[in-house]
Amino acid sequence: MPAVQETVEQVRRIDVDQYKYGFVTDIESEKAPIGLSEDTVRYISAKKNEPEWMLAWRLEAFRRWLTMREPTWARVDYPKIDYQNAYYFSAPKKNALASLDEVDPEILRTYEKLGIPLREQEILAGVVRPEGERRVAVDAVFDSVSVATTFKAELKKAGVIFMPISEALREHPELVKKYLGSVVPITDNFFATLNSAVFSDGSFVYVPAGVRCPMELSTYFRINEKNTGQFERTLIIADKGAYVSYLEGCTAPMRDENQLHAAVVELVAHDDAEIKYSTVQNWYPGDADGKGGIFNFVTKRGDCRGARSKISWTQVETGSAITWKYPSCILRGDNSRGEFYSIAISNGRQQVDSGTKMIHLGKNTTSRIISKGISAGKSNNTYRGLVTAHRKATNARNFTNCDSLLIGNQCGAHTVPYIEAKNSSAVFEHEASTSKISEDMLFYCQQRGMSAEEATALVVNGFVKDVLQQLPMEFAVEAQKLISISLEGSVG
Amino acid sequence: MNVELRPVKTPAELALSASYADARARLPGKGAVAELREDAFRRFETRGLPHRRVEQWKYTDLRALLRDSYPLAALPDAAARAHAKNAGQVLTGVDRRRLVFVDGAFAPELSDLTEEEGLTIGSLADALAKADPLVMAHVGKVFATEDVGVALNTALMGDGAVIRIAAGVTPQRPIHLIFAAGSETPSSAFVRSLIVIEKGAKAAIIESHDGGDSQVNSALELVVGDDTQVDYVKITQGRALHIASLLATVGARAKFNSFAFTGDAALVRNQNFIRFAGENTKAAIRGVSLLRGRDHVDNTLLIEHAAPHCESREQFRSVLDGESHAVFQGKIVVQPHAQKTDAKMLTRALLLSDNAEADNKPELEIFADDVVCGHGATAGALDPGLKFYLMSRGISEKESEALLIEAFIDETIEEIAHEGIRDALKFAALKWLGSRG
Repeated sequence: MPAVQETVEQVRRIDVDQYKYGFVTDIESEKAPIGLSEDTVRYISAKKNEPEWMLAWRLEAFRRWLTMREPTWARVDYPKIDYQNAYYFSAPKKNALASLDEVDPEILRTYEKLGIPLREQEILAGVVRPEGERRVAVDAVFDSVSVATTFKAELKKAGVIFMPISEALREHPELVKKYLGSVVPITDNFFATLNSAVFSDGSFVYVPAGVRCPMELSTYFRINEKNTGQFERTLIIADKGAYVSYLEGCTAPMRDENQLHAAVVELVAHDDAEIKYSTVQNWYPGDADGKGGIFNFVTKRGDCRGARSKISWTQVETGSAITWKYPSCILRGDNSRGEFYSIAISNGRQQVDSGTKMIHLGKNTTSRIISKGISAGKSNNTYRGLVTAHRKATNARNFTNCDSLLIGNQCGAHTVPYIEAKNSSAVFEHEASTSKISEDMLFYCQQRGMSAEEATALVVNGFVKDVLQQLPMEFAVEAQKLISISLEGSVG
Repeated sequence: MNVELRPVKTPAELALSASYADARARLPGKGAVAELREDAFRRFETRGLPHRRVEQWKYTDLRALLRDSYPLAALPDAAARAHAKNAGQVLTGVDRRRLVFVDGAFAPELSDLTEEEGLTIGSLADALAKADPLVMAHVGKVFATEDVGVALNTALMGDGAVIRIAAGVTPQRPIHLIFAAGSETPSSAFVRSLIVIEKGAKAAIIESHDGGDSQVNSALELVVGDDTQVDYVKITQGRALHIASLLATVGARAKFNSFAFTGDAALVRNQNFIRFAGENTKAAIRGVSLLRGRDHVDNTLLIEHAAPHCESREQFRSVLDGESHAVFQGKIVVQPHAQKTDAKMLTRALLLSDNAEADNKPELEIFADDVVCGHGATAGALDPGLKFYLMSRGISEKESEALLIEAFIDETIEEIAHEGIRDALKFAALKWLGSRG
C-alpha cells in the first residue's frame, strides 16, 4: 500500500528544512588548536586536570587509532572526513562552577530555547511539590564541556552519583578507572577508539546497591561551535538491585559543513539491576540537498553483567545527516534481559544505518527487538541487527520484529539481520512483516466498519505507540511531537 | 580492526593460478571466450579467494576451507566412466533423460541422446571451441556478478551441457544432468552449463552431484523466457567441496520453481543469482538441507526484482545434527520501478545438537514504495511438547523425533510439483533420518 496523504503531510512537517533548533548561540569559547595529534590529546587531558593514568589511557587509544581504518561496511555514503581539519575541544569561556548562577546566561537562554529550563528546575527544587510529580535531573553538555547539572544535592542524599565524567575522574577516580572501557574497550572500533582518545565530557552515573534512583536522569547535548566535533562519553553503572532511567537529547545549529559526533555510551548492570536508556536524537540533519548536518557515529553498549539484570534501549531517531549506531546488549548474567525499541525516521538525504546486537552468553537470557523505520524523500534507512546465542547460552530466547515504511519512490528501506544460533535450546524468532501481527486485528476493525486503510493505520499506530510508551513520560511528549505519523503498507 | 592488506597468497590460490596458467592454452574457446576467461581470472587475482571479511562469504570462509586446490581433472578413462555409471541413483524410479558428466566432462556414451523435436542438447566444450552463436550470446552475460566463485568458474570452465528448448515445446521427460566423480585421485572440475528455455516452453530440469574427494565448481546459466514454466531441482550429495552458482534471468509471466536438496554433503555452497526481468512472474525458490557430522551447507540467494508485479517465495529449511554448520543468506532487492512486488522469505533451522550452528541472514533492500515484502526466520530445537504428545501415545523417543523432523522437512518438499521427484527426495530424506545414530 502506498502512504496516505495524511502521513505524507505529517512527515513533511518534520522535514529537514523545518529544523527549529538550528540557531547558533554567540558566546566566547576556548578551543584546542585545530587538528588531531598527541598534543591535542595532552591538551584535553591537561584542561580537565586528569590523573596521569587517564592520559596514558587516552594516548594508548590514540596510538591504536592511528593504526585503524575507517569502517566502510555500513550502508552509508559520505565524503572522506578530514580529521585534521576540526577542533576536538571547545568550551564556553566562562566555565560553570558551584551553581547555576555562574553559568553564562547566554547558555541558559539556549537551553531555555530548546525547552530545557535548567534554572527553573533548580529553583523549583526547593519548593514543595505535589506528591508523585516527576522530576528530571539534567546534565547539560555544551560543545565539549558539561555546563550544568541540576538536582545534585538531592541525588546525593539518595547516594546516586550524577555528574560530568570529567568531575567524576577527579572525585571518584576508583569507580571510573574500574568501569571505563570495560564495556567498549579502547580497541573496539575506529570511532570508539577516537572517542577514547579525545572525549571531553559526558555524564557519569553510579547508582549504589539497592537504590532506586528517585528521578529520571537526563543529559542534553548541544553542539554549538563551528567546525568542532563532539565526543562525549557516558558511563552508567547500576549496582546490585539498583534502578535508573536515563534520557538523552541532542540538537545542533544548522551549518553547511558536516560535523562529527562520535560518542561512546557504556552501561553496566550488576545482579538484579535495571537500566533504562532513552534517546531522542534530533541532531541537525542537513538541508534538503544533503548539505551539512551531523555525522552521528556512536557506539552504545550495555553489559548485563549480573544475574537477572536488565538493560533496555529506546530510541527515537529523527536527526543527523548520517546515523551509524547499534545500541547493544551483552547478556552475560544468567536470566538477564535485553530490550531494544527503536523508531528511525529519515527524510531529505538522510542516511540511517542503525540497529542492535543481542549477544546471548548466559543461561536463560531473553531479548526483544522492536524496530520501526520510516523513510521519505531521498533517504535510505537500514536496520542492521545481530542476534547470537553462544554454546553455553542454554534456553536463550529472542523475538525480533522490524518493519519499515517507504513514503515516495526515491527512498530506500533495507533490513540486514544476522541470526546466529550455536545452541540447540535457543529459540529465535525474527519477523519483518505487518500482516503477521495484524491480520486478525484488521479483520476486527474492518468488521466494525472501518476501511482497510483506516484499520491498518489504527493497528500500526497502536503498535508504534507501544514503542513510544517505552520512553519516560517527559520524552514521550517530545517524541510524539516528532512522530505523529500513521504507518501503513509496511515492508520488512 | 579494519586493516585489509592483501595477505600473502594461500597455497590454494597459488595452485589455482598455476592451473590456469598451465591450462589456458588447452581450455576450449578462443577470441572472445579467451578474453572472458582472462577478465574473470584477473578478478580472482585481485580479490583472492573470498574470506569472512567478504560480506557474501561471511559464514563460509573459502580461504580457510580450501586448504589446497586439486589439479584439474583429466579426461575420464574407461575405469572412471564405469565408476560413474551408477551416479544419480537417487532418482532411479523417475522416468527421465539422463545426461552424464564424469569428472566434469560430457560422457555421450552414458547419456540418453534420443532426438526430440525442439530440444537441442550439446556439450559446452564443443560449443565454445566452435564459437556456437547461442553460447556466445549468453555465456557470462545472464547475470553480471563480481563474485569470485563465479569468476573462477568462468576462467576455468571446461565442459557442461548446452540445452535449448525451442518456443512452445514441452520435452516428454525431465532432463537430468548427472555430475559424477569417476577418478580415484583427488581432482577439481569446473563445469559450466547453459540452458535456454524459449517463450512458452515447459521444462523440468534436474541437476545432481555426487562425488568423493574432489573439488567441484559448477555454474549454470539459465535463460527463462516469457510465458514459460520451469521446474529446476538441484540435488547435492557426497564428500566433495562443492561450489555451485545458478545465474538466472526470468522473463515475463513465467512460473519458475527451484528446489535445492542437500543431504550428507561435506561442504556445499549454493549461490543463486536470480533476476526477474519481466512482469507478472511467479517464482518459488526453496530448499532443504540435512546436515550431520561436520557438514557445512551454505545457501545464498540474491533475488533481484527488476520488473513490477512479480511474486517470489523463498523458503529454506535445514536440519542440523552433530557439529554441522548451516548458513542461509537471502537477499531480496526491489528496484525503484518494481512496484507491486510481493516477496516473502522464510528460513527455518532445526537444531538437534548443541554443537551445531545455524546462521541466518535474511536481507531486504527495497527502493519501491508500493510493495509487500517480508521475511521470517526461526531457529530452535524440536518442540518438547509435541514430542511428549507423541511419546504419551506409545511412540518411542527416537521415532517421535524422526516423525517431527520428517514433518518439518516435508512442509517444503511437498511443494515440488513433479510427483516422482518429490517422492524420491522424500525417500532420500527418510533414508537420512533412518541412518541417524
